[in-house]
Amino acid sequence: MSSFAQTTPSNIEKRRRQARLFKRFCQVVTWSGVVLLAILLIHVSRQGLGWLDYDFLTSFPSRFPEKAGIKSALVGTVWLISFTALFSIPLGVSAALYLEEYARPSRIKSFIEINIANLAGVPSIVYGILGLAVFVRGFDLGRSVIAGALTMTLLVLPVIIIASREAIRAVPSTLRQAAFALGASRWQVTRDHVLPSALPGILTGVILAMSRTIGETAPLIMIGALTYVAFTPEGPMDSFTALPIQIFNWSSRHQEDFHALAAAGILVLLVVLFAMNGIAVFIRNRSQKGN
Amino acid sequence: MGVSSLDPVAQKPPGTSTSDRFKEKASRKWKEQSIRGLLFLSALVSVATTIGIVLILSKETFGFFQHVSLAEFLFGTKWTPLLEPRHFGVLPLLCGTFLIVIGASLLAIPVGLTSAIYLSEYAPDKTRRTLKPILEVLAGIPTVVYGYFALSFITPLLSKVLPATQVFNALSASIVVGIMILPMVASLCDDALRAVPDSLRSGAYALGATHFEVSTRVVVPSALSGVVASFVLAISRAIGETMAVTLAAGATPKLTLNPLESIQTMTAYIVQVSLGDTPAGTVEYQTIFAVGALLFAITLGANLIAHMVLKRFREVYE
Repeated sequence: MSSFAQTTPSNIEKRRRQARLFKRFCQVVTWSGVVLLAILLIHVSRQGLGWLDYDFLTSFPSRFPEKAGIKSALVGTVWLISFTALFSIPLGVSAALYLEEYARPSRIKSFIEINIANLAGVPSIVYGILGLAVFVRGFDLGRSVIAGALTMTLLVLPVIIIASREAIRAVPSTLRQAAFALGASRWQVTRDHVLPSALPGILTGVILAMSRTIGETAPLIMIGALTYVAFTPEGPMDSFTALPIQIFNWSSRHQEDFHALAAAGILVLLVVLFAMNGIAVFIRNRSQKGN
Repeated sequence: MGVSSLDPVAQKPPGTSTSDRFKEKASRKWKEQSIRGLLFLSALVSVATTIGIVLILSKETFGFFQHVSLAEFLFGTKWTPLLEPRHFGVLPLLCGTFLIVIGASLLAIPVGLTSAIYLSEYAPDKTRRTLKPILEVLAGIPTVVYGYFALSFITPLLSKVLPATQVFNALSASIVVGIMILPMVASLCDDALRAVPDSLRSGAYALGATHFEVSTRVVVPSALSGVVASFVLAISRAIGETMAVTLAAGATPKLTLNPLESIQTMTAYIVQVSLGDTPAGTVEYQTIFAVGALLFAITLGANLIAHMVLKRFREVYE
């Protein structure tokens, strides 16, 4: 602090120049992040666009790059996400409702909160180890869709809980008080008033959590999602592959053609992710306008 | 809404006795209690997850230490559990992870903090509304995509500039891990800087400070706890990063500080073993749990430090 108290008019020009330079510097550095994103997208598009056609989406993987496609990976990802959503959304929203609407401040509540915060920071591969030991080996589910979905459920649960809690907390307490005043029970207040008004926020959080799940690779490799699958799963107990696994497999090969296939797979994955993010933003904006 | 629908008694058909109403009240209470119980059980799933992780990791790690001494694991300088002669020194894997984390932090911390200063102190609202979503997109790109980017774009670029670069190298991987954690640093620092009250800025301006001096000598120091916590959280994420380092950094556990060589991180080792078919109960199988336990302990430690920094060194305004 002392340094600018001592300043004299003689150095004010220098300091102003310094301030202008710093602003430029910050601007350039920040926009370089945008440039990086642009480089990444352009690179992937240049490599992959040529391989992206209808056959690519509807063919099974193959040893021959020209014939290879992502049918089994795409269908596997849909199976995986559906089951993950089925398990994780009710569980996560229930846990959030408990913490926001039911639990009074207590040791148990703060223990659960600390626990969720820490789980959110656990590397995804550790969830893979847990899934391998508990679901694949322990419950003997094998390398199935269901084992993958259960593992992914544990992984996204903290994200869903944290997002849902924020949405629930944003519901004005006057709404609850009005319902309580009319004699509604806690569950009636929660089900009929809190949940409907928190729904857009919860939905936004859930979609973002699911889009994170679609890109997760490490836990799936751990529980043994296969890298070469020339069939689509028929039921939850079937083995499967997923889009990021297929991309990983193609990227780790040496031939250039497989790298191009990986780029085409990445384009499909990114389109799905951007679409999901777009939907989430759309829901958020619409609900904000409504208020 | 009619008045009658608000009055529960008025809706009752005539002739409902008092005992019926008691029964209804009791059943409603029972329903309320069971719903509370169900919601509580859902919240407990997260606690069960933590217990599960700790139990599984410690059980198999305990089995691992029946075969290998703790001293050899922690201080051994060779890691060759899959080849004869076997060595179980985890230092080369730790060194690999360390190399990636250093490289990533050197990129992400200065760039992230500078971006945060720009976003919170300089950028007009409109620019901010454009930049924030772009950073979010950068954060949402799956790590396997970054791995591909490192392998097919950064590594060829590096080998043109530095001919000594190997096909798999720590530098390329640490650059993409840096790009990956950059949005996290920027966004968390931005939150911390914006939480600094404007009265502090106005005070400094009143003393004749320039915009640069206000930003770097008043705002950043005031938000230091949040800024440091964001660094620690980002580092913890870099330690646990898996796919980019598996694809780009190689599979050669090595005690080296040369970023142009092929190395192996803890996470990449775990992936390597799980890609092969290793039967349960063998020492190879147990190594992934031992390495996983170490990884879990380090990231948990980093996260706890971040929380502590936030709690203990937070400047409370007003």
